[in-house]
Amino acid sequence: MPVDSPVVPVALTVNGKPERLEVDPRTTLLDALRDRLHLSGTKKGCGLGQCGACTVLVDGRRVVSCLTLAVMNDGASVTTIEGLGTPDALHPMQAAFVACDAFQCGYCTPGQILSAVALIDEGHAGSDEEIREHMSGNLCRCGAYANIVEAIRTVAGQEG
Amino acid sequence: MSALESDPDGLRDDSQEGVFSVVRQPVRHDSAVKHVTGQAIYIDDMREPEGTLHVAPGFCRQIARGRFTAVDLDPVRAFPGVVTVLTAADVPGVNDCSPSIGGDPIFSEGVVEFWGQVVFAVVATTRDAARRAATLARFEVVTETPAITVADARAADIHVLPEYRFGRGDVEAVLADSPKRLDGRMVIGGQEHFYLEGQIAFALPGEDGDMHVHSSTQHPTEVQHLVAKALAVPDAAVTAEVRRMGGGFGGKESQASQWAVIAALAAAKTRRPCKLRLDRDDDMVMTGKRHDDVAEFAVGYDADGRVTATRMDFYARCGYSADLSLGVNDRTMFHADNAYFYPAVRILSQRLKTNTVSNTAFRGFGGPQGVLAAERMMDAIAVETGLDPLEVRKRNIYGPDRDVTPYGMKVEDNVLPEIIAELERTSDYAARRAEVKAFNSRNRILKKGLAFTPLKFGISFTLVHLNQAGALVHVYTDGSVHLNHGGTEMGQGLNTKVAQVVAEEFGLTLDRVKITATTTGKVPNTAPTAASSGTDINGMAAQIACRQIKARLVAFVANEFGTPEDQIAFRDGQVIIGNGSVPFTEVVKKAFIARIQLSSAGYYKTPKITWNRDRAEGRPFLYFAYGAACSEVTIDTMTGEMKVDRVDILHDVGKSLNPAIDIGQIEGGFVQGMGWVTTEELWWDDKGRLRTHAPSTYKIPCASDVPDAFNVALYDSPGNREITIFRSKAVGEPPLMLAASVFSAVFDAVASLKPGVIPPLDAPATPEAIMRAVTAMRRAEV
Ligand code: FES
Ligand code: FES
Repeated sequence: MPVDSPVVPVALTVNGKPERLEVDPRTTLLDALRDRLHLSGTKKGCGLGQCGACTVLVDGRRVVSCLTLAVMNDGASVTTIEGLGTPDALHPMQAAFVACDAFQCGYCTPGQILSAVALIDEGHAGSDEEIREHMSGNLCRCGAYANIVEAIRTVAGQEG
Repeated sequence: MSALESDPDGLRDDSQEGVFSVVRQPVRHDSAVKHVTGQAIYIDDMREPEGTLHVAPGFCRQIARGRFTAVDLDPVRAFPGVVTVLTAADVPGVNDCSPSIGGDPIFSEGVVEFWGQVVFAVVATTRDAARRAATLARFEVVTETPAITVADARAADIHVLPEYRFGRGDVEAVLADSPKRLDGRMVIGGQEHFYLEGQIAFALPGEDGDMHVHSSTQHPTEVQHLVAKALAVPDAAVTAEVRRMGGGFGGKESQASQWAVIAALAAAKTRRPCKLRLDRDDDMVMTGKRHDDVAEFAVGYDADGRVTATRMDFYARCGYSADLSLGVNDRTMFHADNAYFYPAVRILSQRLKTNTVSNTAFRGFGGPQGVLAAERMMDAIAVETGLDPLEVRKRNIYGPDRDVTPYGMKVEDNVLPEIIAELERTSDYAARRAEVKAFNSRNRILKKGLAFTPLKFGISFTLVHLNQAGALVHVYTDGSVHLNHGGTEMGQGLNTKVAQVVAEEFGLTLDRVKITATTTGKVPNTAPTAASSGTDINGMAAQIACRQIKARLVAFVANEFGTPEDQIAFRDGQVIIGNGSVPFTEVVKKAFIARIQLSSAGYYKTPKITWNRDRAEGRPFLYFAYGAACSEVTIDTMTGEMKVDRVDILHDVGKSLNPAIDIGQIEGGFVQGMGWVTTEELWWDDKGRLRTHAPSTYKIPCASDVPDAFNVALYDSPGNREITIFRSKAVGEPPLMLAASVFSAVFDAVASLKPGVIPPLDAPATPEAIMRAVTAMRRAEV
């Protein structure tokens, strides 16, 4: 970025913690999370809004964070994979992904999990077909889809 | 026949029988919890040291072929944040980053051979500045007409490598004498890797010109060598390291190197840490893909549909340089038989030079193209004879006295008859064949297709010297184990499997074995993690290292306790000594006090392989992996839309080291193969610009493309006939080719439109390709 470009303040609540940042207005939410807050669990697969690797929850809704600017989310509450659960206290969806081997290289996994959490909230986990349809924005090049769907089905079944 | 009878080398092999507590268990991936919590660190996630610079490559956007006579980089240098710009003049050593044959300049010195060829690299304080500046160079160019397609290159007769052929018998004479004969041609598309983690490297300069490069590569040793060559320093001054990749699939075998080399050049010049992460568009434009081919064949057969002779010609688009095209296209030839016996055969491969990015390794390494052509031949014979396509396949598969491949290797471990019989039953093939027929006679627009394809895939590098591996195992005095080996983790579960081997050997639980990043500083002179061989060779090397340490411990314990060596074993965290036992940790502590070495480097080389390429004879593979798939699809003959309804797979992994990981590899490989044969289409315009350079225009499978019914099972194997690690078989690549069944099922659906006519279906079977075939069928005379 040009060194003299103006910076603007942005206030976010990230994983329950208030954060104040000064950012270049062109900074995406993804870059703010990764480069400024060092929350590297959110991945960049394409930077074009087309792979889902950067999915986070903004005020509970799933959003591809590479397509939204940090400043557009001023005042919002953001949940990343780091805020969902910890190794000692996994979120049920995280636990289900482990139990179902729902990944291989793991690069799409944080995005898949956040998308899956939102999908259940949206009420779109009624059938495998519905799950597959509503998870189609989250690409997995390793092709772990069968296990991803199984993990989501398991959690949806428990909750629903 | 017992699967255990083969131990010709007299190697000690106790891995077949016995009770195992860690291997052959579906233990979870070592990074599982890290992956689901976002704690797994990929290169872009490493905390950047202060002063880190970012690098972006730049290219000449005007031409795919020609020369630039002048470059103006002043606007690039003037961009705020730019620290320096690198060109060929900044390479102190050799300006080449090719895997072996040469012809891949790091930076072009004036000649442009494809659209996207790197000319310079910008080093800036932010990635954004580097990327923006990279678009500002101005070129004066002389344009030449590019050769883009296979047809262009054939017309111009330009090649990256000489033609190669092998076979046996008087093919033309047998063809002429055959009761029946048919000729065929098909286009087989390429494939973009689309590893979700793009190419990335992070170079950290050290003292004395040392360079430490973190590279998302399947081949750290090659990165090390190429960085050293470019910097003009000894190999020993360079360390290449990779903990994990976010997918590789062959795309990071040779083509991760250029980015590592450029990052290292930038780091050497600026004396600061330098990171190069390719943008997705640049990644798709600048890195090679699966080779696309035109396959032409003539096949003679008898009234029963049995092949008498075949001539198969493959014309591959290699791109502008040789890269790995020699091995890739050889493997197309090695798999042009797939699972079928050709009595007289001649297979030829031309490696055509085009002004497109240099095509490279991709899961299957050329094999899938051969397999697809073989399956087309079977399907065409079925159409001509009116026989069921599965029946034609069964009549042609390898069997007694029909067991020598076109390259002269005898097929000794064929389990296809069992696999086919079982899958035919579990997939309910016969009943579904009848249902598909009934459906097709009821429906005018929608047509169903069903196909059943077998697979045989050769395991070993066909370049013999690559079949070697090393591992380093340390046992510490608290009884914990440090494991390092030459293989790289890209999601395939290699590290987990090798750790299972080590835990099993020492009788420990997996949590006692620490997996560490692959680095040229610990295990040198390694082969790439490729050819599905990662576990086979690194698992063996690790086992050998463990056994060297165990042998020392056993001798020590035997002496200490007066117990015969054959009554000492390692189990449940204990060293079993006769009728008693002592905790492993205690034994290790005592051994240390007694000055016993608790560290070992294991080394393994694959036995039996003897391939001599010049003479086209010998044995290229240690063994074959087998499998079969049955796929059902529905196509819409008005729109070309296609849906995969059901897939059944039975696959042979020998005695699985880890059934959970193996099933995942089979499902994932199949899905990737399905993408290759159905939706993934690469398209260059006539100026040589790749137009499908983002996920918006290049469609890989998503969750909703996976069939509703997807039944995957492991063949109940008695174990690999050859001595492999716990008698398992390699699994990385073979399942991709099971997706040939999807392509054949589409063919079958189109063929139903006019019995007796061979659909001219090309791969990938996109809606457009299906419509072209449907239209041709409607016009065809029977
Ligand atoms: S990185 Fe945001 S959708 Fe791909
Ligand atoms: S696990 Fe590799 S991309 Fe999904």
